[in-house]
Amino acid sequence: MVSGLINANPVIYEKKERRVRSAPSVGDDEHAVEPIDQLEVFDHIRDIKDPEHPYSLEELKVITEDAIEVDDNHSYVRVTFTPTVEHCSMATVIGLCLRVKLMRSLPQRYKVDIRVAPGTHATESAVNKQLNDKERVAAALENPNLVDMVDECLAPSYA
Amino acid sequence: MDFYDDGNMILKEIQTLEGHTDRVWSLAWNPATATSPVFASCSGDKTVRIWEQTPSTRLWHCKAVLEETHTRTVRSCAWSPSGKLLATASFDATTSIWENISGDFECVSTLEGHENEVKSVSWNASGSFLATCSRDKTVWIWEVMPGNEFECASVLQGHTQDVKMVKWHPTMDVLFSCSYDNTVKVWAEDGTGDWHCVQTLGESNNGHSSTVWALSFNAEGDRMVTCSDDLTLKIWETDVGRMVLGDDHAPWNHLCTLSGYHDRTIFSVHWSREGIIASGAADDGLRFFLENKDGLVDGPSYKLLLKREKAHNMDINSVQWGPGETRLLASTSDDGKIKIWELATLT
Repeated sequence: MVSGLINANPVIYEKKERRVRSAPSVGDDEHAVEPIDQLEVFDHIRDIKDPEHPYSLEELKVITEDAIEVDDNHSYVRVTFTPTVEHCSMATVIGLCLRVKLMRSLPQRYKVDIRVAPGTHATESAVNKQLNDKERVAAALENPNLVDMVDECLAPSYA
Repeated sequence: MDFYDDGNMILKEIQTLEGHTDRVWSLAWNPATATSPVFASCSGDKTVRIWEQTPSTRLWHCKAVLEETHTRTVRSCAWSPSGKLLATASFDATTSIWENISGDFECVSTLEGHENEVKSVSWNASGSFLATCSRDKTVWIWEVMPGNEFECASVLQGHTQDVKMVKWHPTMDVLFSCSYDNTVKVWAEDGTGDWHCVQTLGESNNGHSSTVWALSFNAEGDRMVTCSDDLTLKIWETDVGRMVLGDDHAPWNHLCTLSGYHDRTIFSVHWSREGIIASGAADDGLRFFLENKDGLVDGPSYKLLLKREKAHNMDINSVQWGPGETRLLASTSDDGKIKIWELATLT
């Protein structure tokens, strides 16, 4: 990028240790449906790569486990992410990556809301409105350039 | 006895139609086929499907798939009043006109001009005008000329964001548009062929506080209902007397707001000829409302007639009443399915 990065020197944080899920104890019904929790949703999105840095959203603290709200009974997830700088023009791309990853990972019954953390972005309500307008999201996902960008960010999260 | 007494109505699921391979955005009943109903549906799979009822079984089947014309999502479709032409609006920035030529649907015209996604298309009552709207913030009025020619009569600018839907008034040549900019705009011709915005219904005049997704008129054309991302439905009224005298500029006023019935974005609303308002939303549910004529102390109000949770497994994008005598409603969803419902009276 000739024009320079939007945030040239982001702070990098350590990755959280991965917790291993305890195997169900003997006698449990192995077909029992395990509810989806915060950690499971976090695991789906923690490795998404930042659109302009070779770091994951977890390493940049764009997302944390605490910023994920899950209500499995009502099939509802809300992810609140924190752009690294207030004027981050990549915020909508990050939001789009989060939405696409959750769309591909969660059961169809799930309703997903994505938003930027209150007070962390200059055009917070505009970004939130755009990310939650499914018609705009659908149109964006028919744009080959945007899809390439999203796929590149999502590639590491399949690892 | 009140015909619509609570608990007196039942919503029967008649049929689920599968075939689309992506989200079904919208559908339109052919107005000229009331006895043997036909409707068109359009989808993120870039196709349009035509569905027809088999008289013997009364079940619908897919009669035709209109494909390889639009290169992106087909967002909306509308039949001309005669039922002979079908207009389809696509994210590929074009609107196609299809004609049923001895059983086969052929694309007879393509309307180009919008800069990007076309989101909605609507014919006026006489079939002499077509309107389209787009993410490019404009509304276009097309004049229908002989030989399937469409001439751009006007490009209307005024909305500050994408225009989600356009709809002509059921009797007058007055056009309504609703937008991501949270407003509804009313457009009329000034007598010299120029079209202007004659009214904007926004938050300052009791309008919506988020994207307005759809609107629909009652049979008389003196009331309109709008639905929004702000989780409300709003009823608007105009002076029917001024309207009958041909006054295009009779203002629309907020009558009442229906809130607390849906808990996610309301994408679609449709008013039946006999006065029942149906709404479909991202909460997967259907709601039915009727004017409450019991106590007029506080002015007109609307009451919930019936609700159906989990009508589909995913968001409901469109609800449309059929043109026939039976109270048929079709709904479309992100789950790729179309459902046919009958709102029946318990006997």
